[in-house]
Amino acid sequence: MNTPTASPNEIAAPRRFPLREVVLFAILLVAVLGVYALMGAAYSTRMLVEAASYAILALGLTIQWGYAGQFNAGVMGFVALGGFCAMFFSIPVNDAFWNTELPGELGRVLLYLIGAVLVVVSVSKLDRLGVPKKLRSVLTVIVAVVLYMVVISALRGVTGEIESRAGFIGGLGLPAWVGWIVGGALAGGVGYFIGHVCLGLRSDYLAIATLGIAEIIKAFLKNSDWLTRGTATVSPLPWPTPGPAELGFTLARALYLSVTALIIAVIFFLLHRAYHAPWGRMIRAIRDNEISSAAMGKDINRRRLEIFVLGCILMGIGGGVMTTFNSLFDPQGYLPLNHTFLVLVMVILGGPGNNLGTIFGAVAVYIIWIMSEPLALFLMQLAVSLGEGVFGWDFPANMESRALQARVFVIGLLITLVLRFAPKGLLPEKIKHHG
Amino acid sequence: MNEFMFFINNVLIAGSVSGSIYAIGAVGVTLVFSIMRFAHFAHADMMTFGAFMVLALTTAFPAAGASLGMPTAVVMLPIAMALTALLAVGIDKAFYKPLRAHGVKPIVLVIGSLGVTLMLQGVIRLFAGTGGQNLYVDDRKEIFRMVLPLEGVRVPVVITEPQLYLFILTLLSVVALHLFLNRSRLGKAMRAMSDNPELAQASGINTNTIVAVTWVIAGSLAAIAGTLLSLDVTFKPDLSFFLLLPIFAAAIVGGVGHPYGAIAGGFVVGFAETLAVFNWNILLRPYRDSFPDWLELPTNLAFVGTEYKIVVPFFILVAILIWRPTGIFKGKVI
Repeated sequence: MNTPTASPNEIAAPRRFPLREVVLFAILLVAVLGVYALMGAAYSTRMLVEAASYAILALGLTIQWGYAGQFNAGVMGFVALGGFCAMFFSIPVNDAFWNTELPGELGRVLLYLIGAVLVVVSVSKLDRLGVPKKLRSVLTVIVAVVLYMVVISALRGVTGEIESRAGFIGGLGLPAWVGWIVGGALAGGVGYFIGHVCLGLRSDYLAIATLGIAEIIKAFLKNSDWLTRGTATVSPLPWPTPGPAELGFTLARALYLSVTALIIAVIFFLLHRAYHAPWGRMIRAIRDNEISSAAMGKDINRRRLEIFVLGCILMGIGGGVMTTFNSLFDPQGYLPLNHTFLVLVMVILGGPGNNLGTIFGAVAVYIIWIMSEPLALFLMQLAVSLGEGVFGWDFPANMESRALQARVFVIGLLITLVLRFAPKGLLPEKIKHHG
Repeated sequence: MNEFMFFINNVLIAGSVSGSIYAIGAVGVTLVFSIMRFAHFAHADMMTFGAFMVLALTTAFPAAGASLGMPTAVVMLPIAMALTALLAVGIDKAFYKPLRAHGVKPIVLVIGSLGVTLMLQGVIRLFAGTGGQNLYVDDRKEIFRMVLPLEGVRVPVVITEPQLYLFILTLLSVVALHLFLNRSRLGKAMRAMSDNPELAQASGINTNTIVAVTWVIAGSLAAIAGTLLSLDVTFKPDLSFFLLLPIFAAAIVGGVGHPYGAIAGGFVVGFAETLAVFNWNILLRPYRDSFPDWLELPTNLAFVGTEYKIVVPFFILVAILIWRPTGIFKGKVI
């Protein structure tokens, strides 16, 4: 899609003043200041921290979609994984669980699991000992089913026991940033699995599989009460910085904002270096013309896997940062709309493949998103009062929850319109031409 | 024998119900894929839209079915099918056609269809609210209980009225699709275009007509599937992301671009789901006395809990992508 039209002017053009960037960021600054003036410092700083967390997610998606042309439709799942790790590592240790024999029981089930996996793998290698391949496959399936039943039954027993006696297993009481890093690693691991299966095939399959894994991760976190308390939610999550109780809302949030800004700066710097390095050039070459880069001897599937995992790691970290800031882990709070499609809009509107554009898109879209909620409610209220007053319509009671659905429509419309009329975003990727 | 009846109710009937729904949905997805070469994510929301049209029509004319002796929802189905087909053609004209004309990669069309998904969801929830609603507005859901004439059988086989309609309509649409694809001129042109679009165009087939016909078929099938699903349980506006995975899994299992494969794939996924959530301990119960003493079976022998049902189509999808990405019947495009 990003096939450059190599006009001769562009090739010879000297480094010009980045007018477009300056103007767009100036508009953004005015918008942020406007929000500060309207809504007060505490609210606006919270909005900025959330926008910054979204910017980390968007950077993860921009390297997948912008650098490599892979479409991840399950950002939500990786965000939820990061959020879970942030919760699990940072909340206090639950003595009601650790002082009983239950941790030992849980460890025993984990050992069973490892043993079962080893047995199944070794059975699947039986053909090397001369067992016919068909018989080997049948044996593998039977052994896998039986051992799966054994392990899952043991696990159900232990987890039921944990739920009834200790509530849930609690946390580890470590600093939140440990959870962010582990969350990134876990998200990367899941990304590796998905990418390994799908990246050699049509690009549509990756979208389908990521959409599925996101729903599965959410279902798992929602229903595993022993691990996450499920729908009962976990709060408060401790911050890595001093909390509002010590510093007041504005200052504490500002401190958190500086932490997120630091993370973004580090990621931005590393991505910038990678983009201009030979590695980044290779990635873009693969995106723009797979066949020619394969002919140049590049290992396409391996590079794709690298970049997909890298993007997933960033999403995991971003999810951890976001969840810790909300100070609430609620598996049902992860929604495809808020955590997948909003990020997608940020990336394609800001400019896929352009890191600065992505950050711009993240902040700008988030401000619009947050401000559209009262707007949608106001418009709906207006419509209801007009309809009742002038036409005598009878509106159902749950108008507020319906009004918010209008935002879903707008996000969808935005996606299709941007794809149609501005496929390169507001700040397009700069493609260097070497004359 | 009673345990076996339980198995029939919970696996055979439930599996064929969800299998039929997935099959009809997957046929639409696979047809769109074979003609336009992209995974159409808005299909599940077209299903919801069709069901919503039926709901709206049934609420407007609750007594229309009584004169014909059928549930009103079933009487309204043809109108809803026409409306959904119209919507599908309209969506294509408004959103996909400009993108195709730009010559974008298929994955951009996929993202575009996700945008359409969100728009449809927004519209449906704006009008229908977010809760579940029953499609049987004014009629009563008949439930048939049949006790099989076998010795010692007390548990009846339970089939509800919408399930009977579901089986009949699935059979009808499969036969109609088969006749259309194999006998009619348009159907043959469609198959030609799915084999080789350039060659089809060169031999005088109007590809625009074929695209429109594909959307009409996909839209009306989506309306049938969505309505049957909502008749069997209730109408819910936010099913789509849970329906997408089994439908795509079914289409890929059957080989993308392969309508008969999609039907088989639908039933594979449907039965796999019900088999996975079935508690196998029930079937083993009569033989408990003959087991050795050291073997103590847990009371719950289901592979996954019902809350993890969505894992099943995903597992099938991953397995088929690893071992046989062309599908069990060798689809045309991978």
